[in-house]
Amino acid sequence: MSDPTTPGSPAATEDPGERRGLPGGATVPEAGIAFASAEPVAPEPAGKTFVQRGDRIFRVLAVGSGAFVVILIGAIGLFLLVQAIPPLLDNNDNFLTSRTFDVEDTANLKFGILDLLLVTVEVSLFALLLAMPVGLAIALFLTQYAPRRLARPMAYAVDLLAAVPSIVFGLWGIFVLAPVIEPFSSWLQANLGFIFLFSDGNVREGPNLFTAGIVLAVMILPIITAITREIFDQTPRTQIEGALALGATRWEVVKTVVWPFGKGGYVAASMLGLGRALGETIALAIILAATFEAFSGSLFDGGATFASKIALSFAELNNPLSAGAYIAAGLVLFVLTFVVNAIARAVIVRKVD
Amino acid sequence: MAAPTAVVDAPATFTKLATRRVITNQASSVVVWLAFLLALVPLIWVVWTVVGNGISAVLNSAWWSQSLSGLLAQEEGGGVYHAIFGTLVQGLICAVIATPIGIMVAIYLVEYGAKTRLARTVTFMIDILTGVPSIVAALFIFSVWIAVFGFPRSAFAVSLALVLLMLPVVVRSTEEMLKIVPDDLREASYALGVPKWKTIMRVVIPTALSGMLTGIMLALARVMGETAPVLILVAYAPFINTNVFGGNMASLPLLMTVERNNPTDAGFDRIWGAAVTLILIITLFQLLATFLARLTRVKTS
Repeated sequence: MSDPTTPGSPAATEDPGERRGLPGGATVPEAGIAFASAEPVAPEPAGKTFVQRGDRIFRVLAVGSGAFVVILIGAIGLFLLVQAIPPLLDNNDNFLTSRTFDVEDTANLKFGILDLLLVTVEVSLFALLLAMPVGLAIALFLTQYAPRRLARPMAYAVDLLAAVPSIVFGLWGIFVLAPVIEPFSSWLQANLGFIFLFSDGNVREGPNLFTAGIVLAVMILPIITAITREIFDQTPRTQIEGALALGATRWEVVKTVVWPFGKGGYVAASMLGLGRALGETIALAIILAATFEAFSGSLFDGGATFASKIALSFAELNNPLSAGAYIAAGLVLFVLTFVVNAIARAVIVRKVD
Repeated sequence: MAAPTAVVDAPATFTKLATRRVITNQASSVVVWLAFLLALVPLIWVVWTVVGNGISAVLNSAWWSQSLSGLLAQEEGGGVYHAIFGTLVQGLICAVIATPIGIMVAIYLVEYGAKTRLARTVTFMIDILTGVPSIVAALFIFSVWIAVFGFPRSAFAVSLALVLLMLPVVVRSTEEMLKIVPDDLREASYALGVPKWKTIMRVVIPTALSGMLTGIMLALARVMGETAPVLILVAYAPFINTNVFGGNMASLPLLMTVERNNPTDAGFDRIWGAAVTLILIITLFQLLATFLARLTRVKTS
């Protein structure tokens, strides 16, 4: 590093003179960079190339880092796929429709993701259902209703929820929250048990999807709130003031101006929250009780999501085939979150444009 | 028929409508206030639980200066020095790798990429990377580092997985900070004949440094609480291990998951003590972020 810089200083000081001599391109340095590849065509004194070398190295580093990120995402999919293919070929069960996940015996792999997928989707959607209205109300509160002076610290308090590590949420959920909500969940089972969502579960009270969903809702709430707030904040000031001038109440401003402007962003924010919920690992691994019974669709069932199943079983694996089976499950999770996030981002980008 | 009545009753209708509007408005106000208070309930409840259960453990000086080496599961005492060490080491290695790459990506996006197709792709991929679950990041590092290259499970593998989680946050925050550096500064520098890379290093980055540091520290604080990578990529050790490329190494989240299988009172104390410690470290990093931001802020006037 130090080598090029020492001779670099005189070259750099010479440079302005060099540039001044150049008509056109050199007056706009940005253009100078853009022309870097075309410049050798013009007759140039050798002294100038040094500065360009510094620029070129820096440019290569910057572009390389950008390309690295793109390659990285591709590599994640590719490497997971490579590890997942051998066990998928050896699988004696249907990967998509089987409910068992048995990779103990590498000579007879039987694994499928149906139950994992159903549990993951149900608990995430349940969490989303709980968090969406609250997140919307909080975003409205922070942008439209909260006292100006307090809005910032209040927003910070909600953001603090995102700073709590998920393992702490998991411990809180199973040790503290589960006993507290038990009477309510028993009531639901007794009175609404005829709906499949509230029928009796296959695990004891507490470590079920119901508890997990509430904890997940708390965890995705700050994500939904933060992004929705950002979108609502971009509502054109003039439109809000126009509505107020016409005599609209605060609620009517929300209904006629803020909501039509921000609803797309709100949906996208909720999808980002969903993406987070689908991939949440340790909180669910701690809360959900394992069970050998098939998932019935009830919120009072136990079971495992993709992420919690992988987290709990992976460390003990010592052969590539069993590990590959879990990596196959991880790949499905990756694709799932990729799709959800991509849709959400597309909506947000369109909104901003 | 309806029209004349409406005219006659106009004032009355108006008053009625106004009452309804007032009530709706008040009701909406109450609802959003309640929603906000509802969000504070779990926050306060979680902090209360953690502090209430864990404070006794962390107030012991041994907690900070000893490991759990040689202690039986049910034996009270010992400390989490080893786990704090592991958490900090894994976090720091991650930061050392993720920060330069993240800053270069942000520089590319703001200074070089502008609106090119590659820049749009990179932005999209950063968004996707933000949403990659930590367990998937861990599986990816497992597939590359352990399955393909054949390295053992180690703290370094954990750091690599954390890089994937930290990188998008660093890029996002740095990008935001670089964007708000006034173009006048860049143009003034170019007008003096300073080459672009030097302009970025000497003018743009120092101007944005304060915000960049905050973003990096916050990102670091976030990844240090991650549990999924440590579960998959390293095994637990109740003592200090300074070799990041091999051997078992504890960290606070890993210690908590291990002690959860310990049904004794000692295990209970350690779980919550570790939770308090983890939250303390994260808070400390956030405070440090604010402090660094203040220290490096560009002086105006």
